[in-house]
Amino acid sequence: MTDTAEAPEVADEAREALLEAVTSELGDAVVQHHLLPGKDLWIRVANDAFTEVGEYLKDRQRFRYFSYLSAIDWLPSPFGRSHEAMADEADDAGSEEEAEEMVSGYAGGDTRFQILARVYNLTTGLGLNVKADISDDAMSISSWTGIYPGASWHEREAHEMFGIGFSGHPNLDALYLPGDFEGNPLRKDFPLLARLVKPWPGIVDVELMPSDENPEDQAS
Amino acid sequence: MTAISDRRQLAYVAAQAAEARVNIELETEGMTLNIGPQHPATHGTLRIVARLDGEQVIDAYPVMGYMHRGYEKLTEVRTYPQVTTLVNRIDWLGSFCNEVPFILAAEQLMEIEAPPRAQHIRTILFELGRIGHLTLFLGDLGVQLGAVTPVFYAFRDREHILNQMEAATGGRFHPNFDRIGGVKDDFPAGWIAETKQSLQKIRDFCNLMEDLLFGNEIFAARTRGIGVIPADVGLSYGLSGANIRGSGVDWDLRRDAPCGLAWDQAEWKVWTHPDGDAYARSWVRLQEVRESCSIVEQLLDNMPAGPIMAKVPRIIKVPAGEAYVATENPLGEMGYYIVSKGGLTPFRVKIRSASFNNMSISPWLLKGTYVPDVITILASLYFILGDIDR
Amino acid sequence: MTALQLATNIPWWGSTGIKVGLGLAVVLAPAGLTVYLYLFKMVSFMQSRLGPMEAGPYGSMQLLAEVGKSLQKEDIIPAKADRNVFAMAPYIVLMSTFLMAVVIPFGPNALFTDLDTGVFFALAVSSISVIGILMAGWASASKYSLLGGLRAAGQLIAYELPMVLAVVGVVIQAGTLNLQQIVYAQIDGEIFGFGGLGLPFILTQIVGFGIFMIAVQAELTQVPFDMPIAESELVSGYMTEYSGFRFLMFFIGEFATAAIFAFLASVLFLGGWAVPPFVMDILGIDATSNWFNVLGPLVMASKMLLLTFVIYWVRFTFPRLREDQLQKFAWKVLIPISLVNIAITGTLKVAF
Repeated sequence: MTDTAEAPEVADEAREALLEAVTSELGDAVVQHHLLPGKDLWIRVANDAFTEVGEYLKDRQRFRYFSYLSAIDWLPSPFGRSHEAMADEADDAGSEEEAEEMVSGYAGGDTRFQILARVYNLTTGLGLNVKADISDDAMSISSWTGIYPGASWHEREAHEMFGIGFSGHPNLDALYLPGDFEGNPLRKDFPLLARLVKPWPGIVDVELMPSDENPEDQAS
Repeated sequence: MTAISDRRQLAYVAAQAAEARVNIELETEGMTLNIGPQHPATHGTLRIVARLDGEQVIDAYPVMGYMHRGYEKLTEVRTYPQVTTLVNRIDWLGSFCNEVPFILAAEQLMEIEAPPRAQHIRTILFELGRIGHLTLFLGDLGVQLGAVTPVFYAFRDREHILNQMEAATGGRFHPNFDRIGGVKDDFPAGWIAETKQSLQKIRDFCNLMEDLLFGNEIFAARTRGIGVIPADVGLSYGLSGANIRGSGVDWDLRRDAPCGLAWDQAEWKVWTHPDGDAYARSWVRLQEVRESCSIVEQLLDNMPAGPIMAKVPRIIKVPAGEAYVATENPLGEMGYYIVSKGGLTPFRVKIRSASFNNMSISPWLLKGTYVPDVITILASLYFILGDIDR
Repeated sequence: MTALQLATNIPWWGSTGIKVGLGLAVVLAPAGLTVYLYLFKMVSFMQSRLGPMEAGPYGSMQLLAEVGKSLQKEDIIPAKADRNVFAMAPYIVLMSTFLMAVVIPFGPNALFTDLDTGVFFALAVSSISVIGILMAGWASASKYSLLGGLRAAGQLIAYELPMVLAVVGVVIQAGTLNLQQIVYAQIDGEIFGFGGLGLPFILTQIVGFGIFMIAVQAELTQVPFDMPIAESELVSGYMTEYSGFRFLMFFIGEFATAAIFAFLASVLFLGGWAVPPFVMDILGIDATSNWFNVLGPLVMASKMLLLTFVIYWVRFTFPRLREDQLQKFAWKVLIPISLVNIAITGTLKVAF
């Protein structure tokens, strides 16, 4: 169930101890985890245990500082990448097909949408990334507002940007968008119209720097 | 702590009483006041819908989005070097500080480390950005409280910092100077000496503000005990920067989550204030400006020699992975969560901006206060609209 | 009896016309002078900028430009406003300023009317502006204006009281309510038998003077008591919805009232139009000399400029208080102090 870090040459005792404590005390709630020694720690928790994990982290592990909560849409963009410069298309020809399948990031994932939250323990100075899967048919998760009131606005943002429901949130009004806006802009299948209407010109910085330039090129 | 619980109690009682008056006695009628989106006190286009009884706020409900530019979506169709242009505009007063965490996160994914001289230059410009930002805060605080003169001094003295920024980067507000693997240029000749002179001006400005504002009884009467944020509440709302240090929490990402920049090579202090009120937050910012001056001065004295750019490929492709890097920006914790799938562009960028969290406490904080205190509290929370809306 | 006795031969309409003209001059000239000198220039220097420089030499014509600009602007009345009340409010504010000017003496004969209840009259008509401000706040149909108007009403009424009480000390010492007689009392007064300076009441009534100037600051709704206007809170308070000529009237009212209050304070506390008796001796004129009808206005103007300087200096230096702090300050600090001041003045008056 665990994918260990590829190169554990740096020992990271603090994070390992934290991971140990979290996995042993939360049991099955932690589905998967990922540790980059010296950098960061990710845990993926079960959807229905999200609130429980939040309470545990705040009360038992003293993760009192709430940093943010957001979501990730792992669907590869159906509009293609539509951003490669002419010069790079040849290099990238292979990767186009590869990108078609959905790949989740650290700590894995089974669903298209994932919740991503980050909390800090100010005593040890460690941050912890918490992920949770959101199943496509329920599209919902329990709210953290009861534990971290600051999650309220972040959940509203995730709600309007991804269409994720948060059970237990007092009012999931749109935070940014006007009331009659349709769609969830940060979903990958929401087109960025400006890009579709006017395709990307490509990497502009492909011409050589003056020092690298050939005299022949300058003459022509 | 007794004062804090008293205040919460009082605010609660007052809100209840106000509600009762509105609902039961028919002679007073509640009033809904739209503060903003065009209002002199909102630094842009924040709108606060306040339900008032007389001048007391029963309920305040911030409405944002007038300046939402969708940066998180836009970053998905831009290459990494292009993103810095966008993120410059998030918190437009401390632009350079917005670039740094993004570049650091990308560097972390690419496993590149900028050479020490580049890290020094970044740190120095970062701190200059903070000085310019908070200088303006100190002036603006006066305006919000009715003293019109300090802001002119703030603009006058910030000019020195902006000139130095322009001399070093070519941009007064939006330097766009940080690159993956280093910085664009070295400092121009004579820059270091000039910067030291500018810092002296800023120090004088700090002393002036201490006399003009912080020493003023009216200022103290308007800010002490106003908008008290207890530390635990502030933390659970995710407040950061001077807002949380003003509540006595000793937490500064520059010291506690070092990310490669040169802060550990200078002697400096994280200032905190136990009161948690508007005065405390402002005072902490004043001290931070002074501390930043000292950091810059020390770093300028110990500039390491060497290159300013690491070896980076010509076309930047970031390997697949995820990274979150946050730095202590003038407004608080500013971080980027980058998800890369190994292409030219990020797959997803979550921008964690400080003002968004700092403002999310406002409905809680504004309940039961009076209209003049609403302005004081908003001014002392210090937000930039671009940083809330992104 | 009045300044215009010189012109007894001209008909009634003529003398009335001259009075109106002089009245306009007394109100508008100091307003223009203080706006240019202090609002445009002194404040600019305090804030390390130059202020207007382009209109006329050293920006001296800026005022005309501003007036011209205001006159050309569209006179906007909000759709939901109570039109008549809205239109009338600025005139009432300005009227109180003109009425105050009526009783102020500028020389032994240079005065509009010599009321025996001059102090009482001046302070009474100064409160008329409250009605205008309330009307403006209410009729604008704007919540900011309403809050501003109500704040102004509460504040002006609260500060009437310390102002009146501060003046009572002067009245006790002078033994008269007549402003002209108060000036003479100051000329005739002696400090421990030394009459060379006269007795400007600022020396004995320094507490009263302080309270009076604080109350003036509040009456004028200037920082630190500018909550009714409070730009960062209420946009512009009761003036928010006004534009063009009507705004100009509020603007003139504000600055002219400052000047008139400064005139009043100089009459009450600084010896009015008179110069100290030893200077009179040097010049070889006495207090009833006709020379003072010319010299007096100049003396008054210089005293007025001195006091308005202080008013604007404070205005552009301090932050503003909160409404409840202002009320507390009035009722718990200023009024008790002024009552004590009256008691002490009265006791000493009886004792000596």
